[in-house]
Amino acid sequence: MSAKLERLSQILRIVFDGRLRSLVVNRGEITIEVGAEDYLAVARTLRDHAELRFEQLMDLCGVDYLTYGNGKVECKPGRRFATVLHLLSIEHNWRVRMRVFSADDNFPVLDSVCDLWPSVNWQEREAFDLVGIMYSGHPDLRRILTDYGFVGHPLRKDFPVSGYTEVRYDTELGRVVYQPVTIEPRENAPRVVREAGYGEAGHV
Amino acid sequence: MSEIRNYTLNFGPQHPAAHGVLRLVLELDGEVVERADPHIGLLHRGTEKLTESRTWLQSMPFMDRLDYMAMMCNEHAYCLAIEKLLGIEVPERAQYIRVLFDEITRVLNHLVLIGSHAFDIGAMTMILYTFREREQLFDAYEAVSGARMHPAYYRPGGVYRDLPDSMPKYKPNRFKNESQLKALNAAREGSLLDYLEDFFERFPKCCDDYETLLTENRIWKQRTVGIGVATAERALALGWTGPMLRGSGVAWDLRRKQPYAVYDRLEFDIPVGKNGDCYDRYLCRMEEMRQSTRIIRQCIEWLRKNPGPVITDNLKVAPPRREKIQGDTADMEGLIHHFKLFSEGFNVPEGEVYATIEHPKGELGVYAISDGANKPYRIRLRTAGFVHLAAMDELARGHMIADVVALMGTLDVVFGDVDR
Repeated sequence: MSAKLERLSQILRIVFDGRLRSLVVNRGEITIEVGAEDYLAVARTLRDHAELRFEQLMDLCGVDYLTYGNGKVECKPGRRFATVLHLLSIEHNWRVRMRVFSADDNFPVLDSVCDLWPSVNWQEREAFDLVGIMYSGHPDLRRILTDYGFVGHPLRKDFPVSGYTEVRYDTELGRVVYQPVTIEPRENAPRVVREAGYGEAGHV
Repeated sequence: MSEIRNYTLNFGPQHPAAHGVLRLVLELDGEVVERADPHIGLLHRGTEKLTESRTWLQSMPFMDRLDYMAMMCNEHAYCLAIEKLLGIEVPERAQYIRVLFDEITRVLNHLVLIGSHAFDIGAMTMILYTFREREQLFDAYEAVSGARMHPAYYRPGGVYRDLPDSMPKYKPNRFKNESQLKALNAAREGSLLDYLEDFFERFPKCCDDYETLLTENRIWKQRTVGIGVATAERALALGWTGPMLRGSGVAWDLRRKQPYAVYDRLEFDIPVGKNGDCYDRYLCRMEEMRQSTRIIRQCIEWLRKNPGPVITDNLKVAPPRREKIQGDTADMEGLIHHFKLFSEGFNVPEGEVYATIEHPKGELGVYAISDGANKPYRIRLRTAGFVHLAAMDELARGHMIADVVALMGTLDVVFGDVDR
């Protein structure tokens, strides 16, 4: 671990004493996890604390952990919908990743950080649209990428790749019609998780 | 007295200045924009969802189709993410080739941007000139990968193949006689590197030509100076990166601050603007093309002197050489590796990374989560265009409707990038 990462993780540990659910340093990146109740306060400190100064929120995205581990591990309640933020400090030239899980899997809610970083407005809309996480306090939480009147959240793991509806032009009606999908989802290469050392010489 | 109401105007989805498919709902008071509400997603292809059902390698060509004005840069970010997850080294020559093509891509992107930006504002000539140069760079793309627009040239662990020793040439037809062909083929007699060297010898002169047309042009300045101003603090808060941020005076460039590939060994300057308006951002991009030329020259020089492998020799990630698969020299080991790689694909160790590059438009981040399978668990693409377009409302407020077109140009949005 480089000296810089060491320093940042120390500062994070000191500043957020007790509020960090975990702090992982892996592949040169720091990931912190905080609870949904601390989220807004931690985010504010990350931005304003003189030794942290994360003035830019690079990215916010939703992640659905429903099928993580390819069915070998069961998704625990309250560990399904995460919001992942990537923060960048121009002043100190470092990054941090923050993960927050929403407690209720049936209706995931999280506070909006729109007031802290205005850039996040559309990214929260996107996470709402594609993953279905609600951001309370967001000024304008509309769908953004999917069609007008779209139902469902496409990036959820229980949403099929082929979707539920398809669109075509109907010559008789003279307009575009929506209908249930007519294609079957197919999988050419199955999804597998191999044990460590698979394919190495001498591995049985 | 009749009721006075704001006028709502639909700009797009099919509008030549919308740079693709954007429906922009403008609320107007006379000719002044009160509110701009971009409706995006008309080009949404669900790239992030599709990657989850394909192997890591199969998703690679999707990246070309994200920002289809800067293809190879997208591939670079995706490959970096996989390499970081796998923890593999990329041969030095491959890194130089990547930097070379990243910078060619940057020039390609800026040429379209400046050409179409000027075209939108009314300078018809620019786009003809910039596309003239762009075509020649596409020939370099074609020579190396076989495709002009969607090359799929980078691979996890390196690049698909080494630079070619010869360039394809024009052939005689009933429209072109021998002497015309000789002039056309003059630069194509040598290798790809010779071709590029010749092009970038001429290119600074082309940049001068563009500048003669625009930089001191009164109409161009009237349309861009003081339009869409953002202070440095505001640009940071809005999440801007790349030339958009540098135009506001923040000297932030990932190639320098968080170097990847071999950028730490190359010499180049970072142009920075002062006023944060459309004009400064134009100047930044102009200068970036000249700096790219510098970088490309250094890469060409290095690549001439240092032959070597261009893809990792780790057969779990990269396929074996052709001789190992086919013909008399084929061996079983090579066949098995090849078969495994293109059926099941390689497994990527569990973990998550956020790989970033300095894309011509700003920061392109690929956030990849792997649960150890042969397919990504989740790929998140943080594209610059999406964030920049989100600032449209704030920038357009109080400007005239004609300035919206200038803003669309300066934001450098490409809808493959915004909608993914």
